[in-house]
Amino acid sequence: MAQTFDRPEIQTPENLVYSKTTCLTDNVMHYCPGCGHGTAHRLVAEVIEEMGIQSETIGVAPVGCSVLAYNYFNFDVQQAAHGRAPAVATAIKRLLPEKYVFTYQGDGDLAAIGTAETIHACNRGENIVIVFINNGIYGMTGGQMAPTTLPGMPTSTSPYGRDVETMGNPLKITEIVAMLPGTHFVTRQAVHTPAAVRKTKKSLRMAFENQKLNKGLSFVEILSNCNSGWKLSPVKANKWMVDNMFPFYELGDLKVNGEMINKD
Amino acid sequence: MKELKLMKGNEAIAEAAIRAGADAYFGYPITPQSEILEYLMMEKPHERTGMVVLQAESEVAAINMVYGGAACGKKVLTSSSSPGISLKQEGISYIAGAELPCVIVNVVRGGPGLGTIQPSQSDYFQSVKGGGHGDYRLLVLAPASVQEMADHVGLGFDLAFKYRNPVLILSDGVIGQMMEKVELAEQTPRLSNEELAEKYPWATLGKRDGEPRHIITSLELESSKQEIHNLKLQAKYKRMNEEEVRYEAIQCDDAEYLMVAFGSSARIAQKVVSMAREKGIKVGLLRPITLYPFPSEIIHKLAGQVKGILSVEMNAGQMIEDVKLAVCGKVKVEHFGRYGGMIPTPTEVFNALEQKIIGG
Ligand SMILES: Cc1ncc(C[n+]2csc(CCOP(=O)(O)OP(=O)(O)O)c2C)c(N)n1
Ligand code: SF4
Repeated sequence: MAQTFDRPEIQTPENLVYSKTTCLTDNVMHYCPGCGHGTAHRLVAEVIEEMGIQSETIGVAPVGCSVLAYNYFNFDVQQAAHGRAPAVATAIKRLLPEKYVFTYQGDGDLAAIGTAETIHACNRGENIVIVFINNGIYGMTGGQMAPTTLPGMPTSTSPYGRDVETMGNPLKITEIVAMLPGTHFVTRQAVHTPAAVRKTKKSLRMAFENQKLNKGLSFVEILSNCNSGWKLSPVKANKWMVDNMFPFYELGDLKVNGEMINKD
Repeated sequence: MKELKLMKGNEAIAEAAIRAGADAYFGYPITPQSEILEYLMMEKPHERTGMVVLQAESEVAAINMVYGGAACGKKVLTSSSSPGISLKQEGISYIAGAELPCVIVNVVRGGPGLGTIQPSQSDYFQSVKGGGHGDYRLLVLAPASVQEMADHVGLGFDLAFKYRNPVLILSDGVIGQMMEKVELAEQTPRLSNEELAEKYPWATLGKRDGEPRHIITSLELESSKQEIHNLKLQAKYKRMNEEEVRYEAIQCDDAEYLMVAFGSSARIAQKVVSMAREKGIKVGLLRPITLYPFPSEIIHKLAGQVKGILSVEMNAGQMIEDVKLAVCGKVKVEHFGRYGGMIPTPTEVFNALEQKIIGG
């Protein structure tokens, strides 16, 4: 359990400027300090609290660093097999159409082993939200190459850097799902600064509001650091992300209200 | 009113699922069982009962859809044939690990590999010994008629929910494709979400105010806790062995020789019993209806009475291992089988019985 901060003399109602959302439990997160997963969890949880849908939400956790998301989200969660969260969520939503259903997946989960489930859930326009945490690496298993690993980027299975000639190019799955008729809202955000966090939260809110209106699938990619996997300090990892990930994975909306955003 | 219909085994499965009050079917086409999905799509169960039917992008997706639906306390089933069932194994292991109820139908075809679309029983080991990773068991039902195809759907759901365990209906291309008359059960109503929440407090139907959230997972990283979970599963399998063994003993009372056969092999073996008895040879047939739990006790008992046992299977000899374990060396046990989609004739089986058991 969390060690709680106990200073009654300053913990007074008039001093309260922020409190943790009721949609997160008190369990201490196992994420590495500085990792984006914790922030992303908080934003999802805050949106669910603000929409008043805690009792109507069923989340689907992936296999990856966020496999234990159910320890932190204070609403119903199913833990899915590696890559299969969109299939699991499809069934939940089809059987409980009045509930709110979302998946929370890493890049290995969503864009490698689960590519088929991702594309087909998006293409069917399942009325769910997919939260996609792209950190360009397999965090949980110790920093192996992911489908999203940048060209030249070293990982434990591309120790000399990703050689696109033999290892293939990074996959922009978000651009792919944006082209599918079943997706209603597709965006790429980040959680490395307060401003980025606010924008990501707005996107998540829009995604869940879309689900309320039965608009089809909303896909929110969140670029996040994996400082442990990248072998950088949290601060350096975020800088590396801005310098290297952002030019390749451009931030912003790709599709809004079912319309592609023309970036030219 | 009970209704009598002439149906294919596969159609009987589909119709029985609707009537059992199933909430959803998820599947992917493969011969020889595609009629299940086709029949369901044609019948529009959504209009009849509100049942969801979805053609998934693969067997992998389908079994994971089953996981998602089952975790909501819903009555969910899927069906496939051998290669597709192989693909589902990871999902089945997750379902067993997370202790979720569901029905899985395997209309077996010959293998290995892409094999053949003709009937076989070569997925016996995969069905009764686990199939996927980890120490788990499925409840395995073996229908030998179109009637049982229908009956085992309802029974399967009852057992699945009783034990919170996946139930596998191990059929084959003969039973799936042949037509027989079936007495169909009356419509069981589907349960509302409120009824489900009441009945299945573990289901993810939304966290209720003041109550803890529902978590469905098969993960427990701490070995000591994972061991406790495994022990709990093993206790459940033991209970199944004590309470759920089902078999049919055909002319076993005075039998001097015994055949053990399930599914379509049992249909053929039953003919062999009459052929032998016409010749004055007292042959009996023990037909396991549950393959897991296996009717070991009755086979052990009969082993004390007969002079020899023939395990008749459409495979290279899989169930014979369980028969031998049950017999425990008491009497001679031999196997007769055809493989790769070949169906033995009663005469072939009778000859094998004479050569391997009666004469041998
Ligand atoms: C079928 C299967 N294959 C492989 C694994 C091992 N595995 C666990 S997590 C993971 C990669 C996770 O990476 P990602 O989805 O990017 O999430 P992150 O940990 O970076 O958040 C792998 C390969 C597994 N659990 N199951
Ligand atoms: S390994 Fe990477 S993704 Fe996983 S918690 Fe640590 S920083 Fe985050």
